Amino acid sequence: MAVALRRFGRLRWSCSGSCLRGISSECGKPINLYTAINQALHSALETDPRAYVFGEDVGFGGVFRCTTGLADHFGKHRGIVGFAVGLAAMGNRAICEIQFADYIFPAFDQIVNEAAKFRYRSGNQFNCGGLTIRAPYGAVGHGGHYHSQSPEAFFCHVPGIKVVIPRSPQQAKGLLLSCIRDANPTVFFEPKWLYRLAVEDVPEKDYMVPLSEAEVIREGNDITLVGWGAQLSIMEQACNEAEKDGISCELIDLKTLIPWDKETVEASVNKTGRLVISHEAPVTGGFGAEISASIVERCFLRLEAPVCRVCGLDTPFPLVFESLYLPTKNKLLDAIKSTVGY
Amino acid sequence: MAFFLSKSGIRTLLGIPTMGFRWMGNPVHRNVLPTASFHFTWPRHESLRTDGQLDSQSNGDPQGLDFPGGVVKFTPELKFLHGFLDERIPCYKVLDEQGHLVSNNFVQISKDTALKMYKDMVTLQTMDTIFYEVQRQGRISFYVTANGEEALNIASSAALSLNDPVFPQYREAGVLLWRGFTVQEFANQCFGNKDDSCKGRQMPAHYGSKKHNYFTVASTVATQIPHAVGAAYSLKMDGKNACVISYFGDGGTSTGDFHAAINFAAVMEVPVILFCRNNGWAISTPVNDQFRGDGIVVRGPAYGVRSIRVDGNDAIAVYSAVHTARKLAISESRPILIEALTYRAGHHTTSDDSTRYRPIEEIEWWKTSQDPVARFRKWLEREGWWHSEAEREHRDSARQEVLHAIQVAEKLEKPALSEVFTDVYDVQPSNLQEEEMLLRETVRRHPKEYPGFPSE
Repeated sequence: MAVALRRFGRLRWSCSGSCLRGISSECGKPINLYTAINQALHSALETDPRAYVFGEDVGFGGVFRCTTGLADHFGKHRGIVGFAVGLAAMGNRAICEIQFADYIFPAFDQIVNEAAKFRYRSGNQFNCGGLTIRAPYGAVGHGGHYHSQSPEAFFCHVPGIKVVIPRSPQQAKGLLLSCIRDANPTVFFEPKWLYRLAVEDVPEKDYMVPLSEAEVIREGNDITLVGWGAQLSIMEQACNEAEKDGISCELIDLKTLIPWDKETVEASVNKTGRLVISHEAPVTGGFGAEISASIVERCFLRLEAPVCRVCGLDTPFPLVFESLYLPTKNKLLDAIKSTVGY
Repeated sequence: MAFFLSKSGIRTLLGIPTMGFRWMGNPVHRNVLPTASFHFTWPRHESLRTDGQLDSQSNGDPQGLDFPGGVVKFTPELKFLHGFLDERIPCYKVLDEQGHLVSNNFVQISKDTALKMYKDMVTLQTMDTIFYEVQRQGRISFYVTANGEEALNIASSAALSLNDPVFPQYREAGVLLWRGFTVQEFANQCFGNKDDSCKGRQMPAHYGSKKHNYFTVASTVATQIPHAVGAAYSLKMDGKNACVISYFGDGGTSTGDFHAAINFAAVMEVPVILFCRNNGWAISTPVNDQFRGDGIVVRGPAYGVRSIRVDGNDAIAVYSAVHTARKLAISESRPILIEALTYRAGHHTTSDDSTRYRPIEEIEWWKTSQDPVARFRKWLEREGWWHSEAEREHRDSARQEVLHAIQVAEKLEKPALSEVFTDVYDVQPSNLQEEEMLLRETVRRHPKEYPGFPSE
C-alpha cells in the first residue's frame, strides 16, 4: 500500500455536473469505492425482492468489505457462476462476486458458453439477463501475478455479455445498478486499487449511469485519450502535465467495453486527429487493439498520426517490477508528445 | 470389461436381496431389496454447536472431539477405508425382462398413464430410427438417439409435473416428448427451419421449450447441473410446490461442474433431482475408464445427499424412484441423486461408430434382451391393457407421423437473415445493426452464394 500512496496520494474526484446527468443538484456524501458499491448492492436488494448477492466470503462482508451489512439485511449465500446462471434463468437478479478477477477463469466456460448464449441458443425462450458478475481487477501495488490481472479483453470477445468498468465511486454505484437492472448478463470489473483510495461525493439516492455511453471527462483539441477504470486517473495526471506543454488533451472514459460507444470516440478523433489508448492489461490482444482497429477504419483520412497504445507489458504481472510493467504517467506523457509531434 | 456384463455381474444387477454395507465402522444395515427405501447416509451434522450430552467429550475426552463439522470419535486402529465397498450398491427393480413384477414396493401407475408412457416410448423409438436414417441420407446434419434409454426418458418425465423445470444434457428428447412437444416441433428443430422455436441457431437435437419448462440443450457437458441447482434455489425461495430435475451421463459426473453443483445443492438444501443416466459409455470411454468407485450412487453420501440406484430399463422402477424422489425433494427441500443403470444401445451420435470401440455382440445383447420398451409392453399385455393389434396400429401411426413431420419440416424455408442478429442481447446494439447492414449488402452483391437467404 505504501507504493500506492506514493503514486496516488489520496484521490478526490470532483463532482462535476456533467457526471450526474439528470440527477438533482445534491451531490451526496464523500465516500470511497467499496462503500459506493455496497450502496448500489443495498439499493438493488431493496428494490427487487428477487435479487440475490453471493460469492466467496461475502457473508461476512467480503475481503474488500463490499458486501458488509448485506447478510444482516438479506441473508447469507454462497455460489458460483453456474448457480447464478440457473437463478437468473428463473427470472431472479443474481449478483455474484468472484473474489479476484484473477480467479474468474474456472467460471469462463459458464460465462462464455452458458450465460452469453443462453438467450440466443433458446430462440429467446429463455435468458439469464438478471446475472451480474462482479470482480475486483487491476493493479494494487503488491498483487503480483494473481491479485493484479485485468482480464477484460477475454470477455470483450464474447457476444451476448456486457463488460463494464467504472472509474470512480460515483460512477461505480450508478453503473453497477445499471448492470444489475440490465436485461443481459454483465461482467462488472471493479478497480480494487480504488476501493479505499478513491473518495468522491456520491448521491445517497438510487441512480443509474447508462451503459454503452462513453463520457468525455475532459475536453481538448489536440489529442484524444481513451481509457477505463483506475487507469483514467493516471491518464488525467498525464493530461495535466501535457497541458503545461501546451497540449490540449481530450480524455474519454469508455465505461462499457462491449458493446462500446464507437460514435463518441469517433467524433472526438475526428476533432483532434490523434488517439492514444491506455490500459493496464498486456498490450497484445488487449481491448485497445479493437478500439484502434475500429477507429482506423472510421477515421483513417482524419488521423494525423498512428493510433498509439500505452499498456501493460506482455508478461505475467510481476511483483517487484510493477512500476516498470504498468502504463505510467511518464510513459503516457511520452506517447502524447510523440503522437502530437508525429 | 465392464463388470455388469459378466454373468455374476448380471445376477447382482437382478437385485438379489443383499446386505447393506460397512461404512466407516458403522453397523451393517440390512436393506432388503427391493424396497424404495434409500440407503443409509451420515447423520446430518449441524453447525459447530455442541449439545449438552457432548460437553464431557469436548473436555478432552479421548473418545471423541468436537472438530469443526461435528463430533468425531477416535480409533486406535491404523486402518484405511477400502476404495470400494464389499458389494456394489444394489439396484432397485420392479419388472423383470419378461414383464413380471418382482417387487411389491412401487408406485402404482394408472392405465391411462401407463398407456401414454408406452406409446411415447414407441414414438421415441420410431423417431430415433427414422431421424437417424434421415441424417445418414444427408438431409439433416446430425442426430442424437436415445436407443436403450426410452424407459428412463419417458418414465422419469411421467413421474414429474409440468411445473418441474428440466435441465437436460442431450439424450432426453423423450422427457420433452412426454410433456407435449410434438413430433413436428422436433423435426422443425432438426431441420432448422423458420418454425424452429430456437430459430435455427443450434445443431439438431438441441431442443428447448419454455412452454414445456424444458431448458434448451447445449452441447457442453454437465454445465446444466449447477444451473439446475440455482433454479431449485429459486423455487425454494419462492416457496413453489415443485422441484427441478437435471439429467447427465456417467461421463458428466467427472466434471468440475458436477462436483460443485451437488455440493451446493446439499449445502443450500434445494429441491433438485440429480438424475444420472449411467449408460456405460461416454462416447468411447467405458465406465471402467471413467471411475473406479461403485458408479455414481456412492458419491451421494459423500456430499450428504440421499441417493438411489435404479434399473434404468425398468419403466416402473424409474417412475417409482422419481415420483418418490420428487416428494422427498419438495417436502424436505433437499437434493436427491438417482443413478439409473442402463445401456447406450445406439452410437454416441451420428458422428460416431461405436462398433469401433465395443463388440457388436455386446450392443446386440443389450438391444434384444434388455430392451426397455419390450419389457414394459410385456407387463402391459399381462395387465390386459395392450395387445398386438394395438401395437401394430400404434407403430404404423407413429411412423406415419414422423415421416409426415419430416416432409413438412424439410420443405419449410430457413429463418430470416435478421435472426442471425436478434437475441444476442435483449435489444440489438448498434454494432450488430451495422453488421446486419453490411451482411445484407454482401448478400445483395452475391445472391448465388447465399441461397435461401434473400437480402430483403
